[in-house]
Amino acid sequence: MSHVSENDLVLLYYGELPDHGKAAGHLEKCAQCRAEYERLKRLLATVGSVQVPEWSGNHIDALWNRLRPRLEIRPEKPRVILMPARRWAMAAAIAAGLLIAFMLGRYWSRPQFETATVPGGSIRERILLVAVGDHLERSQMMLLELVNAQGDGMVDIASEQVRAQDLVADNRLYRQTAARDGDAAVAGVLDQLERILLEIAHGPSQMPSQKFKALRRSIEAQGIILKVRLVGARARQFDRPPVRDSIRPSI
Amino acid sequence: MIGENPPQHANLPASIPSKERMDGCDAAIVEQIRAGDVDAFRDLVSRHGRTVYSMAYRMTGNEHDAEDVVQETFMKAYQQMDRFESRSSFGTWLHRIGINCALDVLRTRKSRQEVAGPQDPESLQALDSLSSNDPSPDILAHDCEVREHVTKAMDCLTANERAAFVLRHFQDMPIREIGGVLGLKERATKVTIFRAVQKLRRTLEPLIGELR
Repeated sequence: MSHVSENDLVLLYYGELPDHGKAAGHLEKCAQCRAEYERLKRLLATVGSVQVPEWSGNHIDALWNRLRPRLEIRPEKPRVILMPARRWAMAAAIAAGLLIAFMLGRYWSRPQFETATVPGGSIRERILLVAVGDHLERSQMMLLELVNAQGDGMVDIASEQVRAQDLVADNRLYRQTAARDGDAAVAGVLDQLERILLEIAHGPSQMPSQKFKALRRSIEAQGIILKVRLVGARARQFDRPPVRDSIRPSI
Repeated sequence: MIGENPPQHANLPASIPSKERMDGCDAAIVEQIRAGDVDAFRDLVSRHGRTVYSMAYRMTGNEHDAEDVVQETFMKAYQQMDRFESRSSFGTWLHRIGINCALDVLRTRKSRQEVAGPQDPESLQALDSLSSNDPSPDILAHDCEVREHVTKAMDCLTANERAAFVLRHFQDMPIREIGGVLGLKERATKVTIFRAVQKLRRTLEPLIGELR
């Protein structure tokens, strides 16, 4: 068996390595991997050895004194507590009522007036905007972490790359839906974002700092983070309960 | 056998009441609060404050932010008390609120750093001071020095790396669940944790021999 990778050692430490037995068996035989695992355990034990500062009675008092004036008295909700037999009787009555209503609805002539309906397009648009808002927030976080990545000589963007790969498929779907719904502004930003996501997803996971700086300059020059932030903020404004005849957002 | 020792987690309370008993008491207190007894909420603060603070301190890395997270967590818990279902664990529910509050703090802090510029001087200083080769061994031997170096190393992690690492290492949360909290897929969560460990290794490992 080849040596256990550094990442697998981390998973082994946390008990999340699927092939746990195989790796553990290898470690018993391989001094090199065992030494590596011991180093990892020492490191993580050192990180874990730092104690959390004392937080006790005085802190609780202080916290409570800050919280108490902000707590409103909660109105008690009326509760209906029924005996089991009465519950069954009520359930049977409701079921019977529903059945009668259903039968009447089937055989009664339909009313001649039109009922007010929420335009399907508005609902679809609102759902899209809420979903796009979440997607843009995740994209923004990834891009912020990417442009802030640092490294001596080589810059490691493996984590951002994996996230970009995950985001690409969602982005494509949202872009196509936005374009189909005629949201040119949202579709435009998603299109620009998709190009950058693809560039990150298909590029190297580690790159020399010069190349990384060029990528960062490209992202910054396009102002994509600001655009994503603005469209995302606008989209999140629509994260409210649906209303009838909602006004079409003009993004 | 190798790999069968579960990670040792520091800072767990010395005596933890049984989960069932704790949940039972919590449920009774929640009922009191729902019935309009505001002061009963203090009991929940007393029972869970320390645990929430511990998580918040690990996530934010400083006492001031941790205090803010604890306050915000309890405030939100009170406001959302109607959403809590008594058949689930109050501690778990509160913990989840706390994690989200801590994440908000981390992300806001990250945004502030972004406004300040990508080459954040504090972060760079932290890295420089860690990678310098001239720390005096006798000073590094002190516990406060270990804390200082670990704190600086943790500060070099991004918001997501820090959150993912803390939740896995200190809170013992499974990777899949961490992904749910952070809005990442499982593979991306793993990579985030790997990168956090790599960064910690890079900065702390040269010092570990001297720290011990």
